[in-house]
Order: sequence, then structure tokens, then C-alpha cells
Amino acid sequence: MTDVRAAPARPLKVLIAKPGLDGHDRGAKVLARGLRDEGFEVVYTGLRQTPDMVVTAALQEDVDVVGLSILSGAHMTLVPKVCRLLREQGMDDVLVVVGGIIPDDDVAALKEAGVAATFGPGTTIGEVAEFLRSNARPRG
Amino acid sequence: MLPSDPDALVEAALGGDRRALARILTAVENRTPTAEAALRRLYPKAGTAHLVGITGPPGSGKSTLVSAIIATVREGGRAVAVVAVDPSSPITGGALLGDRVRMQSYAGDADVFIRSMAARGHAGGLAPTSTAAAAVLDACGFDLILLETVGTGQSEVEVAAAADTTVVLEAPEMGDEIQASKAGLLEVADIVVVNKGDRPGAGRTASQLRAMLVGSVRAGRVREEAKDDRPRPKEPEVLVTTATTGDGVPELVAALERHREGRPSGADDPARRARAAAQVWSILGDRLRAELEGGTRRIATAAVLDAVAEHALDPFAAADRLLASLRTTDG
Repeated sequence: MTDVRAAPARPLKVLIAKPGLDGHDRGAKVLARGLRDEGFEVVYTGLRQTPDMVVTAALQEDVDVVGLSILSGAHMTLVPKVCRLLREQGMDDVLVVVGGIIPDDDVAALKEAGVAATFGPGTTIGEVAEFLRSNARPRG
Repeated sequence: MLPSDPDALVEAALGGDRRALARILTAVENRTPTAEAALRRLYPKAGTAHLVGITGPPGSGKSTLVSAIIATVREGGRAVAVVAVDPSSPITGGALLGDRVRMQSYAGDADVFIRSMAARGHAGGLAPTSTAAAAVLDACGFDLILLETVGTGQSEVEVAAAADTTVVLEAPEMGDEIQASKAGLLEVADIVVVNKGDRPGAGRTASQLRAMLVGSVRAGRVREEAKDDRPRPKEPEVLVTTATTGDGVPELVAALERHREGRPSGADDPARRARAAAQVWSILGDRLRAELEGGTRRIATAAVLDAVAEHALDPFAAADRLLASLRTTDG
């Protein structure tokens, strides 16, 4: 137990999860690795997570950001459910972002559901990192 | 919203609010003032959990085994927490915490709590605040706390000081008898597990380990009979598990329990005593330094350090001078 009074600056903690059943985790892995290189502490949970599993991990890890990667087209079902469960747990201050193939027409509805930003193909890691640094609220 | 007041957070966490518990762990990791206030309240309530260290080389199956242990222990109803440590980048300070990939999430089971921690530059296999995190989980009622280290090499033995029972994982065919004879990680094992038991060579690896460890056991007995009070080598059990199927895991859980029951309690337990001492010395060291580097002593301390850099003063004399400066009341 080192002295808890000595307080260095802390990295932001980000959960990268892939809810749903599509097995395309390349993007999530590249982002997880890329955010690591940007100085974030990234919790990666892997494939086929249910919304319950995502929110449980976010709660136990006390993350600042939840990043969801979806390429299956099920985002209109899965993402609002994750946002609702986060709110039910009192985690409204967690920044939720979505990456993957999200049609422009769905973006407004996702933002309505509580998503701060969506990142489509062509987004750079640096852009994501910059957005998270500017918008996440660090805790603890 | 969570309360920001440490006392209210502690009350909520003790009452079973897992989010409050998670927030206290964040404060502990970040070493905020909330952490010290919470730990002061929680430490007296801790001390009953069984702290089990799980260590071994990268890819030997630590996270998968942890998941299998949780499944087995939950059948008996005990609450389980995990502190899983992965390395931080020495370049950027970032980390990829991937241990949850191998663990079922146990979503919906409030008696399982999994927390990833970045090592944040700490080299011993754990994070600098892992022991404090374990104390928080202990106070919040988790009966078994698994401390999973980063993938270790040969000498990251810190976990043995942090845990009541240390499990060292080996994978089949990772080395010969000479590897098993080297000093370091294997020596601190209370239980040695050859994981990936379905791979060829698992049985042979276990036999080789047993054969090599027998030598140190014999040395220990000789010293015991001779009333030789130098530290004696441990007598670890060697088990074979296949974490992916659960084979051998109930036997491992039983071995953990046997080891737990065989230990003396409280300050009579040398490991607990050593852990307590290490915590206090560490905090004391940090506070001494803060005292010497802060306030009106800052300039005088810097001058002493400069003198050492210029070889005008040796480091021992410098330490004596700094200690003496603390004794003056006008500091």
C-alpha cells in the first residue's frame, strides 16, 4: 500500500466492447491498441457481449468512456439498450461513443439515445483520442 | 449520482453498492484524498478474505484459470473478487487491459467483481495499489480475492508478499529440470499448477517439477530437524489443470482451501506480518519524502541533493542530514 496522498495525473479509462453477434473485431482491436498508444487505459472485453455484460464491465471498471463497435447493423437495438442500462445504474456521466458502420440516418436517433459521437470508416485514432480527451469527465 | 464524500461512499460500498465500490477502487488507483479517507474506514473491516495470487508467464492461462476458479467457487456460494493487472506502456503510460476477454462476465451475479488494473510503471508484477485494492474488496465482503499478476518471468515475486496463498502457473514443455531448479518465482509458490493439461507433455512437466521441488522440500526438513531458523523452502503441491474445460480446477480450489486452513491467523502469520510491515514502511517512506520535499524544507532538501550530485556529499551522509532536519521543530 503506497501513500495514497501522492497523486500523479491519471490516464482516462476506456472500455472497448463489441456487443452483438458479428465477429468482425479487427476495428475494435486496432482502436484498443491505438488508444493504448495514445496513453489511455483501455479495457478490452472481446466479442459477443450482451448489453448487460457491457454495463457490468463498465460499472466494475469505473470507466470514463464506453466505446461500442458494431458492424452487424444491430446498432439501433443494442446501443439504446446499453445507454438505458447505464442510466439505470446511475452512470449518466459515462461518455458513450459508437464505431462501425452506422448509416447517417441513424446518427440522430443514436445521439437522442445518449451517444456522444459515432465514428465511421476512415476515422483516425488521433481523432477519436482527441474527442475522448475533450469530452470525457475523469472520475475518482 | 454517487456521493463524493468519502464516508458516504464507504457506507454505500459496505451496503453492497458495487458502483460505490468501483469508485473507491478508482480513488485508490489514482491515490486521491478520497482513497486515504476510505481506506482508513475500511482497513479495520478487512482481514478475513483469502488473498490468492495467480502468477506465471504470459499466455500460461492465468485469466482463463481465474475464470474457471470463479465458476467452481460460486457453486459453493462464496463471493469472489478479482484484481487483474496488465502492464502499462513505459512510453505513453497507456495500457491494454485484456484479462476480461478470457473471463466470463458473470453479469447479474453481484457476488462476482472483476477489476482490471494497469501496473502504472510498477515492476513487481502487480500495480502499486493492488494491495490497497484487495483490502477494499476484503472489507466489502468478498471472501476470496484473486490477484492476477502481469505475465511474469522468473523474478516477479512481489505477489507472494501480497497474497496469503501463491499459485504459480506453468505451461507444459516450457523448460527442463534446470529451469525448475532456478531460484525465483517457483520458490515462492504454495501451489504449482501445470495448466493446459490437455496438451502433450503436461504430465511429464508436472513430474519433472515434482522431482525438482522434492530436493528443496528435503532441504527444508533437514533444517527443521536441525532447528535451523533460516527461512525454509516451501513444499508446494504440483497440480495439473485444463482451465478451458475446468478439469482439475475443483482439486485446485480444494488445495487453496487446505493451504488457507493450514495458516496461522493474524500477526502470527509471518506473511501477514510482512505484508503489514511493507505497507507501513512504504507509506512512511512516501510521507517522509513528501515532508522533506514540501513546505519550508524544500530548499534545504534540494541543496543536500545537489551536494550529492556534485559528489561533495555522500548519499549516506545526505540521508543522515535530511533525517536530522526532520527533528528540528521549526521545519
